[in-house]
Amino acid sequence: MSGSVIPTARRLLASRLFLTLCLAATTIAILLLGALLVSIAIEGLGSLSWRFLDSFASRKAAQAGIKAPLLGSVWVCAICALIAVPMGIGTAIYLEEFAKRSRIKRLIQLNVSNLSGVPSIVYGILALAAFVRFFGMGSGDEPWTLGNPESFWYLQCPLGPSVLAGGFTLALVILPIMIIASQEALRAVPQSLRQGALALGSTRWQVVRLVTLPAAMPTIMTGAILAMSRAIGEAAPLLVIGGFLLVFQTPTNLMSDFTVLPLQIFNWAGRPQEDFHKLAAAAIIVQLVVLVAFNSIAIVIRQKLQRPLQS
Amino acid sequence: MKTSLTQTSSTTPRNRVLAHALIGLALLAATLSIATQRDTQDAASLKGSIRIDGSSTVYPITEAVTEEFSHQAPRVNVTVGVSGTGGGFKRFCVGETAICDASRAITTSEIELAAANKVEFIELPIAYDALSIVVHPNNDWVKSISLAQVKAIYSAGGGKTWKEINPAWPDRAMKIFSPGTDSGTFDYFKEAVLGSDGKARADMSVSEDDNVLVMGVKGDRDAIGFFGLAYFEENKDKLRALPVVNATGAPVSPSASTVNDGSYPLARPLFIYVNAKAAIKPEVAAFVDFYLDKSEELLTEVGYVPLPTEIVSKVSANWKARRVGTQFVKDGKKIDGTFSKLYQ
Repeated sequence: MSGSVIPTARRLLASRLFLTLCLAATTIAILLLGALLVSIAIEGLGSLSWRFLDSFASRKAAQAGIKAPLLGSVWVCAICALIAVPMGIGTAIYLEEFAKRSRIKRLIQLNVSNLSGVPSIVYGILALAAFVRFFGMGSGDEPWTLGNPESFWYLQCPLGPSVLAGGFTLALVILPIMIIASQEALRAVPQSLRQGALALGSTRWQVVRLVTLPAAMPTIMTGAILAMSRAIGEAAPLLVIGGFLLVFQTPTNLMSDFTVLPLQIFNWAGRPQEDFHKLAAAAIIVQLVVLVAFNSIAIVIRQKLQRPLQS
Repeated sequence: MKTSLTQTSSTTPRNRVLAHALIGLALLAATLSIATQRDTQDAASLKGSIRIDGSSTVYPITEAVTEEFSHQAPRVNVTVGVSGTGGGFKRFCVGETAICDASRAITTSEIELAAANKVEFIELPIAYDALSIVVHPNNDWVKSISLAQVKAIYSAGGGKTWKEINPAWPDRAMKIFSPGTDSGTFDYFKEAVLGSDGKARADMSVSEDDNVLVMGVKGDRDAIGFFGLAYFEENKDKLRALPVVNATGAPVSPSASTVNDGSYPLARPLFIYVNAKAAIKPEVAAFVDFYLDKSEELLTEVGYVPLPTEIVSKVSANWKARRVGTQFVKDGKKIDGTFSKLYQ
């Protein structure tokens, strides 16, 4: 660069200043998070017990538990992950590896980016019309059913406010995030690897299956962790599709009614009695554990698939 | 092949005994299954699901009833949501829920929506609630309040300070809290206090969740708000309910006894609406039976006022006869008259 030369002392000072600022930002974030976790732990740990996990809601705080919302959250998030993760990766692979540069691809890309910024409650309204009510088709009549209610694969149309509809709704919410994260991961794989494989005579499918996807998988799984963390904390779209508050049974099939932990926490935290606030804190701890459990699945996949690029 | 056939078809005495035993067992199983079918009235053997949604004012009653019912009939899946009376009717009138909790009677437009979706309903009043007007406990200037003053506080373009309502009160801005417009509590308040052509002010803090109102009023000395008696009873130590001046000019505090003797001017009935088609199902019928049966003892526990006995017997007669429709609307028009007159 032409022009004046900045003295070394000043450059070093600027560098040190920048480092201090970064450190301060990190410390503040960590301290805030730590304070939050500690205050929740202090308030909630006392109420945490096996009985709390294994009993249903009650109007008496001493008997109330989170069996229904806990299992509801697990069901809904598992369905959500099974739909959104493969679909998101598939879309990303198509857009990055197969789609030619075209106006349609640009249009899809633009929409995906925009959709990732849409408030989740909008997806709730969409899901209410599309999944829960099937656009009002057959309303007032008995729903069309497949299988008997005792079996776990029992289905009915429209879906109603069921765990399947809840899973679909959350999948809609996190799909754009999942697609964008997977695209970034695929884009980070060096072009030379693809070209090398193609030069050796691989088909494009072989390139994706054997080269690109394994190399991108660790980053994709990190994206999945972030997406699932969002899904598990969502309450608004599930409230819109008609998630219930008081449920006295755990889901037994895809058509079961459900409630989720964020709804239960929201309700307890809003009650006037102190005891319910403690239960809310305990439920938050459980929610964090569930979140870590879900993410550890992604971490295990990441470790299994991780292959160094140069071997 | 042939030998094996003859072997199996030949009936040795031992085989005959076995066959008889099998027939006997089959008969026993058949009678047993008939017996269990007959016993479906027994709550423990009931199965199915009941979806309930609606008013947050009625929620504590339904929560208590549902909890007790789930001990009796553990295989019936009862789910309860809290969307407010308006939101609850939106789902009830398209047939999504079997029961709607309501803190006001169904409206003509909701009846039309139900008719369009071929939903018939049974209207069951279950309790009285007293709308409580509450202030901060340190508010020592308002001794009692008249309905005209409440109207002046909540009407559009109404006063902003206490002094504008009553010159003897301090010259400080009021913090006004109100349940959301989707709640039956607000609808009742609008009709009883503001009048059918009255307009509520827009510059007040609104929440669909009564607990948020409790928090708001208890946190500010100049706050005023209103909600059901149960929420006041639970927060007696943090709030003060204002005595309301009734038609005879006497200030009356909200309580079970003043509601029952009719002296408290802001008492209102609470309802559950049952989908008539769902009421045919044994689990729904058993739940509503249980509700009407148990609500009286659970009502006082959660802070509501049981209905007078003559209304209770009228309601249970309506339920037994599965009488559909509302008593508040006739031929698309709202019937005038107080609740107790309509239900006697």
